[in-house]
Amino acid sequence: MTWSATARGAHQPDNTAFTQQRLPAWQPLLSASIALPLFFCAGLAFIGLGLGLFYSSYGIKELEYDYTGNPGTGNCSACALADQDRAPPLRCSCAWYFSLPELFPGPVYLYYELTNFYQNNRRYSVSRDDTQLSGLPSALLHPANECAPYQRRASGLPIAPCGAIANSLFNDSFSLWHQRQPGGPYVEVPLDRTGIAWWTDCHVKFRNPPLVNGSLALAFQGTAPPPNWPRPVYELSPDPNNTGFINQDFVVWMRTAALPTFRKLYARIRQGNYSTGLPRGTYLVNITYNYPVRAFGGHKLIVFSNISWMGGKNPFLGIAYLVVGSLCILMGFVMLVVYIRYQDQNDEDEDAE
Amino acid sequence: MRAPAYPGSARILDMTECLQWARYHWQRLMGSRNRDDDERPYSYSSLLACGGKSSQTPKLAGKHRVVVPHLRPFKDEYDKFSGTYVNNRIRTTKYTLLNFVPRNLFEQFHRAANLYFLFLAVLNWVPLVEAFQKEITMLPLVVVLTIIAIKDGLEDYRKYKIDKQINNLVTQVYSRKEKKYVDQCWKDVAVGDFIRLSCNEVIPADMVLLFSTDPDGICHIETSGLDGESNLKQRQVVRGYAEQDSEVDPEKFSSKIECESPNNDLNRFRGYLEHSNKERVGLSKENLLLRGCTIRNTEAVAGIVVYAGHETKAMLNNSGPRYKRSKLERRANTDVLWCVLLLVVMCLTGALGHGIWLSRYENIMFFNIPEPDGHVISPVLAGFYMFWTMIILLQVLIPISLYVSIEIVKLGQIYFIQSDVDFYNEKMDSTVQCRALNITEDLGQIQYLFSDKTGTLTENKMVFRRCSVAGFDYCHEENAKRLESYQEAISEDEDSTDTPVDSLSNMVKPRAPSCRSVHNGPLGSKCSNHLAGSCSALGSREGASEVPHSRQAAFSSPIETDVVPDTRLLDKFSQITPQLFTPLDETIPDPLLETLYIMDFFIALAICNTVVVSAPNQPRQKIGLSSLSGMPIKSLEEIKNLFQRLSVRRSSSPSLAGGKEPSPGVPNAFVSRLSLFSRMKLASPVEEETSPGSERPQGSGDSPCPPDMEKQNSDPGLPEGETAPSPGQPSTSTLCYEAESPDEAALVYAARAYQCTLRSRTPEQVVVDFAALGSLTFQLLHILPFDSVRKRMSVVVRHPLSNQVVVYTKGADSVIMELLSVASPDGASLEKQQMIIREKTQKHLDDYARRGLRTLCIAKKVMSDAEYAEWLRNHFLAETSIDHREELLLESAMRLENKLTLLGATGIEDRLQEGVPESIEALQKAGIKIWMLTGDKQETAVNIAYACKLLEAGDKLFILNTQSKDACERLMSTILKELQEKNPASPEPPSPREGLPRLPATQDSRLRAGLVITGKALEFALQESLQRQFLELTACCQAVVCCRATPLQKSEVVKLVRNHLRVMTLAIGDGANDVSMIQVADIGIGISGQEGMQAVMASDFAIAQFKHLGKLLLVHGHWCYTRLSNMILYFFYKNVELP
Repeated sequence: MTWSATARGAHQPDNTAFTQQRLPAWQPLLSASIALPLFFCAGLAFIGLGLGLFYSSYGIKELEYDYTGNPGTGNCSACALADQDRAPPLRCSCAWYFSLPELFPGPVYLYYELTNFYQNNRRYSVSRDDTQLSGLPSALLHPANECAPYQRRASGLPIAPCGAIANSLFNDSFSLWHQRQPGGPYVEVPLDRTGIAWWTDCHVKFRNPPLVNGSLALAFQGTAPPPNWPRPVYELSPDPNNTGFINQDFVVWMRTAALPTFRKLYARIRQGNYSTGLPRGTYLVNITYNYPVRAFGGHKLIVFSNISWMGGKNPFLGIAYLVVGSLCILMGFVMLVVYIRYQDQNDEDEDAE
Repeated sequence: MRAPAYPGSARILDMTECLQWARYHWQRLMGSRNRDDDERPYSYSSLLACGGKSSQTPKLAGKHRVVVPHLRPFKDEYDKFSGTYVNNRIRTTKYTLLNFVPRNLFEQFHRAANLYFLFLAVLNWVPLVEAFQKEITMLPLVVVLTIIAIKDGLEDYRKYKIDKQINNLVTQVYSRKEKKYVDQCWKDVAVGDFIRLSCNEVIPADMVLLFSTDPDGICHIETSGLDGESNLKQRQVVRGYAEQDSEVDPEKFSSKIECESPNNDLNRFRGYLEHSNKERVGLSKENLLLRGCTIRNTEAVAGIVVYAGHETKAMLNNSGPRYKRSKLERRANTDVLWCVLLLVVMCLTGALGHGIWLSRYENIMFFNIPEPDGHVISPVLAGFYMFWTMIILLQVLIPISLYVSIEIVKLGQIYFIQSDVDFYNEKMDSTVQCRALNITEDLGQIQYLFSDKTGTLTENKMVFRRCSVAGFDYCHEENAKRLESYQEAISEDEDSTDTPVDSLSNMVKPRAPSCRSVHNGPLGSKCSNHLAGSCSALGSREGASEVPHSRQAAFSSPIETDVVPDTRLLDKFSQITPQLFTPLDETIPDPLLETLYIMDFFIALAICNTVVVSAPNQPRQKIGLSSLSGMPIKSLEEIKNLFQRLSVRRSSSPSLAGGKEPSPGVPNAFVSRLSLFSRMKLASPVEEETSPGSERPQGSGDSPCPPDMEKQNSDPGLPEGETAPSPGQPSTSTLCYEAESPDEAALVYAARAYQCTLRSRTPEQVVVDFAALGSLTFQLLHILPFDSVRKRMSVVVRHPLSNQVVVYTKGADSVIMELLSVASPDGASLEKQQMIIREKTQKHLDDYARRGLRTLCIAKKVMSDAEYAEWLRNHFLAETSIDHREELLLESAMRLENKLTLLGATGIEDRLQEGVPESIEALQKAGIKIWMLTGDKQETAVNIAYACKLLEAGDKLFILNTQSKDACERLMSTILKELQEKNPASPEPPSPREGLPRLPATQDSRLRAGLVITGKALEFALQESLQRQFLELTACCQAVVCCRATPLQKSEVVKLVRNHLRVMTLAIGDGANDVSMIQVADIGIGISGQEGMQAVMASDFAIAQFKHLGKLLLVHGHWCYTRLSNMILYFFYKNVELP
């Protein structure tokens, strides 16, 4: 009878694996026999990884020099003293001599390091206008409000590049000289100043505004440089491919650091005789001292370093792995002891019943 | 369904609601202008009243409402009184198209989570503190709001469509212009309209019944759409109108109805009808037809609308889903608050640190950027801004998405619970219903379970088992055997489902659950209507050969309807001859007196009830006088004369077959019944050998029935063992009884088995076919219906043979025993005999109760006409008063029901539901304490408790049934002491190894104890001073049985345990008396059984059978709890650890 077929069990639920919750499922039961090997294995793996990381970090050579110029620390003190006045900075230079007893294996990277510089301060880190930096002509003359108070000069001219980050551009410069033999002449080591920024930064994010009559200066007409800058942005470098917003030093600087102590790449040493590293000998770093850091209690450092497969020197990662791995193994042993002890007791209980 | 009355309105329906609304009013105004304005004299105020929906304040906002006919002669009066009442349009939607966006937003922002989101988004728009891109922070909020708005919109649209469907149902409303009833939509029905309904139509609004085609002015309605009860209820035409032969003429109706203001009490309606001559007629709920019910068994009815639309009782009762907070959610809430605290602390730390750090670099313009105007912000202010910025940055710390996720997960859990095939009950075609959406995980945390007995643990299928008449016990051995054989038959039936009979009953039964939701209002009953229609069609197709019994009457499965008479009682029964009523002399010999008692007993069984008689082959067609045998019965006097004539003639001739005109078939049938009966006993000869004792092991030992009785009538010559009735008497066996309670039906069926068949019942008369006496017509003078306070019901009839006014009372034994006459007027011997009967009956009653039977006492009282007239006068006064009517009626009943003569007692078995003992065992094993709270007497309750393994045979049972508080206290302390001595370890020992699961062995080693407490003692135990001791005592017991507990006590017990022990409680019940308990408990479970839907309506979960509780709690509850708690923990982990 048809009606009975339809009416029968009109409310009867479907008997499927899904509705009856019969779908295959697996829930690990963390018994001692699973958990203990798991802990030991994890511990061993972590220790192995930590050792690898630690040794590769250990193998990285670093050479750093604080040239802030605190009194009695080298010949940059004079510059530092001059800097204290905070007058329009003098062109002060100082030098750092060092000698390498053996080859500093390459490729060698030259960094500058600043400490106590809170680039991560929110108001500082948002004080930029990315549309302006991407070369949009309309944005060039109308910097974003986030740039205030470095949005417009008192004269009303828009600042290009606007904002506090650009205004605080690191403007010390270094040159490296090598004396092969004692008493010999200092030969300048070629520093590769290109290719220190991310490719996407200087090819996509940072673009110069379109040239006017083939001149970058005309393109920036109607703008003013940031108040701290001695010269406009289009004169950052004589190289037309490395000036304006796409100047690599500028691009590197504009990528703000997350921590108050940070390094930024200044140059790579990979040309000529120095592609394999810095050979032994005496070296001189000529520093043009401009950047005032003593006001906020900061330090300026110059750093030579090479890298490994895991990047720069970073002993922390390896140590962290080692600590976690050892903790795992320690816990494994503790649990093993607990397991063995209380297993016996359980057996006794069962026997008692 | 008929086409809508106005073609225009059908067109409108497709438009949006807003348009419809406007055009609807416009058309009404236009329409009323076009159609001679007497049809709908609408005032603007009434339009506003119905349209505004929210501000419907009738002019007479007082206690009463006045309803005048909605016709022109009373136009002024109508506008004055009834014009402002809401009309019958219903609107359950929350929104209109215009106010959807603002209102929905308003509703949504009532939730703390959304408000928090909004706060964050707004905070982000403050430039000083902004942390993210403004637009991006708006995104999640907008998405959440949109999704919920779409969901709400769809839900509302569905409601709107249902409303539209209901509003456009068609009914017949009297139109003065056309001087007849014309079709109108439900929504156009107004208070004061006259409505005419035919059989099986749904009532569109609450109306007072003024006319019924039934000659007695009765109308039957089925309220399954309202409360799910499948039995029929009688409604009565207003007094004074029933006598009119012709249909009430609205033109001439000049009375005014005054009644109470709309309220949601389905069982109360008070008011009066005032005629133009200031004569008042009382109105009660018996006169009120409720919206959403269906007219049954009555060709046509007419009435005047008193409440319409949202003011009908059905709509006022329409409450939304329940909302309870689960324990886990409450816990999660406090944890969220801790998170808020953590957030504030973190933000404060951040802000403070920022301020301090900034003060060091106050004048360094390098990275401490000044304001645009060149000022440097002070560190304090910067710290303050930082605080708000931090709040935006750390917003994820507060797991706001937790709430949304919990809700979604719970929806999924409910889906899984509802689609569990194990909860499916084939017989009722129903599965579990989750009515509360968010306490699924509490199911897994239940510690105390409070259960009702009747209908919950037991089937509530009443089976007549034994009776005691005039002090003699008739134990109905054969009937017991029959029951056993049925059990097997049923289990076989369940296996073979392809038989047409079975599929028939399966098809017919889905009706009940499908119409369960009151929420749908009339729609629910509409579908029942459809089903009933198809069923009746089916019935006619099948003809009289197949009896679709399950549809025809509640409580009428064959197990309940077929009773095999006890041979001993039958013998005595056959002695009933009409001579008994010829007044020979005053001193009636004892055996004769006993026979008289037997006769009265069966008459009482047959008539002392409110059973409706119907014939199955004409579904829902009541057997009235018209359909009885052609004999025109004019008056009782005539019958009596006729009867006496016959009896004289018959007494001279010993042969029974001699000329018996009134009911010629009866003696033959009786004889055939007897032979049939003897045949039937042969049905299972093997069983007869093996079964004695196995049926009722604990009771058969002291049975006073001679065991050799069975063999007396057995006739080996008749081999076939058919139980089908012989063709000689088809009509008797095909009668169907529809009773309000299963006990009643069981008793009527029992009486039928003894040839005392209830043939028809009208408000004026009851016709009973009595074996030797033929058809007796009792003039029904009065019915005092059953109520839980009196615990009894009475009928007052004029006995056709003795012509005396006789009161038959049936009720709980404790009540009846108190009302028995102490000093009988008939002399000392009778008095003594009555005393003996009383003692014996009491003994039998105790015995019945021990066997777990429900006992009822039957008593009678003979009144003189003068007494009756006196009582009637007082009763009439009570009936017509509006205030204090209940008290007055109770008092009146007390005046009638006293000085009764005990006739006998009945024992009805309430069979245990399938799977109950196993479920209870499993739940107890799971550590859930189970209490049984029942209104039944102690012996019955204890017996059932043993049967369902709540108590075990080895348990030590303590019974607390003291009559005074002091005694109760003493007894409790004695029991407690004894228990503590037996169990050296205190009941809740401080576990030596906390945290380890307590081993079950410790429980087993202890003594198991059960506590039985009666209602009276419970009353004391619940008092403030004894509560503590009581709880301490119950903590020592594995099971507690509370008997004779009132519904209020049940809820108080639950409340006491819940509040003092701080445990999760669950209450399960099926009847109206469990509602309060279900509402008080943490989780209320209703069993959708036979006792109506009140319990289900009040419950959080509704299951079909008790045995489903095990899986619901132990499997689903466990799953829900672990899954949800894991999810919540993970959410906190994710939100606190990961940002």
